[in-house]
Amino acid sequence: MNDMRITERTVQTNQAKITARDVQVYYGDTHAIKDVSVDILDKAVTAFIGPSGCGKSTFLRCLNRMNDTIPICRVEGKILLDGEDIRDVRVDPVQLRAKVGMVFQKPNPFPKSIYDNVAYGPRIHGLVRNKAELDEVVESSLKKAALWNEVKDRLAAPGTGLSGGQQQRLCIARAVATSPEVLLMDEPCSALDPIATAQVEELIDELRANFSVVIVTHSMQQAARVSQKTAFFHLGNLVEYGDTTTIFTNPVDPRTESYISGRIG
Amino acid sequence: MTVLLLLLILAAIAAAGFVLGRRRALARAGGNPKLLHSLPAYYGWHAALMSLLPAVLLMILWVIAQPIIVQRAVTDTLPAAMTADPTALELTMADVRRLAAGLDAAVAGGQMTENEASMLRTEFTDVRDKLARVGVALGSAVTHDVLSAAQEYREITAQFALWRMIVVIAVAVLGLIYALAVTKPDLWARNRVERVMLGLLMLASTIAILTTVGIIWSLFSESVNFFRQYPFTEFFFGLTWSPNFRGGSQLGFLPLLWGTLYITLISMVVAVPLGLFAAIYLAEYASKRVRAWVKPLIEVIAGIPTVVFGLFALITVGPFLRDYFAQPLGLGNSGSSVMTAGIVIGILNIPFISSLSDDIINSVPQSLRDGSFGIGATKSETVKQVILPAALPGIMGAVLMAASRAIGETMIVTMGAGAAAKLSLNPFEAMTTMTVKIVGQLTGDTDFAAPETLVAFALGITLFVITLGLNVFALWIVRTYREQYE
Repeated sequence: MNDMRITERTVQTNQAKITARDVQVYYGDTHAIKDVSVDILDKAVTAFIGPSGCGKSTFLRCLNRMNDTIPICRVEGKILLDGEDIRDVRVDPVQLRAKVGMVFQKPNPFPKSIYDNVAYGPRIHGLVRNKAELDEVVESSLKKAALWNEVKDRLAAPGTGLSGGQQQRLCIARAVATSPEVLLMDEPCSALDPIATAQVEELIDELRANFSVVIVTHSMQQAARVSQKTAFFHLGNLVEYGDTTTIFTNPVDPRTESYISGRIG
Repeated sequence: MTVLLLLLILAAIAAAGFVLGRRRALARAGGNPKLLHSLPAYYGWHAALMSLLPAVLLMILWVIAQPIIVQRAVTDTLPAAMTADPTALELTMADVRRLAAGLDAAVAGGQMTENEASMLRTEFTDVRDKLARVGVALGSAVTHDVLSAAQEYREITAQFALWRMIVVIAVAVLGLIYALAVTKPDLWARNRVERVMLGLLMLASTIAILTTVGIIWSLFSESVNFFRQYPFTEFFFGLTWSPNFRGGSQLGFLPLLWGTLYITLISMVVAVPLGLFAAIYLAEYASKRVRAWVKPLIEVIAGIPTVVFGLFALITVGPFLRDYFAQPLGLGNSGSSVMTAGIVIGILNIPFISSLSDDIINSVPQSLRDGSFGIGATKSETVKQVILPAALPGIMGAVLMAASRAIGETMIVTMGAGAAAKLSLNPFEAMTTMTVKIVGQLTGDTDFAAPETLVAFALGITLFVITLGLNVFALWIVRTYREQYE
């Protein structure tokens, strides 16, 4: 398992960026997330793994209140970002999402030019004062997303014309451009081929320098390759949470062990 | 009547064919449907269609051909003087047909026996008077020649009807016998039946297309007649519209075009923002319950007949605009105005735009909304910068289609904007549109050879070209700028 890692897996900080305590999520009458408590570290990649329908995506969407957009969804419990409750009435979900960006399973570039896709966030949040600054943000975001070299000559081309892998990196650039503190990624590679997946994984590892990254994945190899911390979800429960190495080599819970060895899920 | 009876008989034969075909297929397969190529019902359909189709086709051809043949036969019995030139022949034949129909009515009404009708002689009876008593009015006294031609006509027609029935039924029965003869387990009945169904589908679309072609053709040929009598340039560039059936008309189409475009413009200014905002509210903001109520309520407008809208324009909007806007502003005192018609047509078009745009906005994938929310955009930013640009081509298409509806609207204009063709910028003045003038030039006693009447066709084809152009443009926009969502 160790030889699959991209870089040496050292957790550089122990400071918790997001603290969740006793989080419950209900979809109508269905109890989708039960008593989840977890500390997500700053400047580290945390992977959520687990079989389909175990609630990992649902929990991820709680972290930037994307579940607010689903009318029947109800969230209880405490979720703190830098010690502040994100579910407090005084917190504007819109501002929260500027701090906690999200990348989705399917690449979803806007039907705009590549430039406008990346410039979207900085523009709506007023992060730049003039065109030159915006150009700079767009360039640096595309560079961070490892897309700059491929698109620098055709920034005016529509973002929807890129290949699937490029589109996903464009979406990452778009999320990065608002300079979030946390980046949530919901199975960002599930629609990509192995080469594009490798590129995105490398990117995730680089993003760790600046952000706290949370990634939901179905691929245990991917979790092992890119993450420092891993959380295993099963049937709405957080079964086990710890260093990725520990989870994959020496899991405590028998369910984790069965899952990673391929007996369930 | 006999055609209807014949159709009933054919239907009965076909129904029998269905039962027999199905039964025969099963019998041939020894009662085991698994040995058949197709399901048993397909053999039934096959037999029914084989008896019905050729017979019906033959009957249609016969019904078309019969009058032509009968007319030719009757013409031969008339004296050469009456059939010399085509116009005289046409008039005589019209007399003959009317008289024959009169005799038919008299026989059917019981005032005459079949024998009396065929033995009738002008020398002994005043036919005109006799038929008038049965309720058949004839234009002039009946001559001997016409009467005998009419009698001949009736006789031949009756004979033909009899033969038609015999031949058509024979064809149906032969078709049925053929179908039963070929019914074997390895007959591909399903494929045959499906080929017939395919033919029906193609026929349906062909009829729709042919109708359009026919409409264009009739407009076109009459327009050509018009332009033979009235100069092309004066129609398209003339600034005055004053038709006069005593001659000396000025038929410049620009005032009508201006009225049409002005009213359309005002209606779009009303309908586009209101319709679009309603659509955005319904698609993006309204809760499910509100939507379930509001959407049908808005669509109720679409179900109101335009003439009712016309009443609304005539008695409510028109006087209101006159009393509260036009007169105080010194812009005239006309109850009917471009503004009245424009506003009311605009209201009529709101549900059209809102309903189509609502569907288009809803078809923008949720992933785009998520993507926008996910980086901290508000709902309104998302709508303005992501949803609307993505939906714009479709919305443009809806708007242009609404514009063609506004251009073609007649009733509301007649009642709301009046019928005076004028070139003016004042929106509170009465003006009129091409559609209103088309109706105006064709209603009442009209002479279909005069340019004042034929101009309606020239207007019609111009209108057709304009709306066709708009629709093509709308389709082109939708195609070119459509986003291919995955």
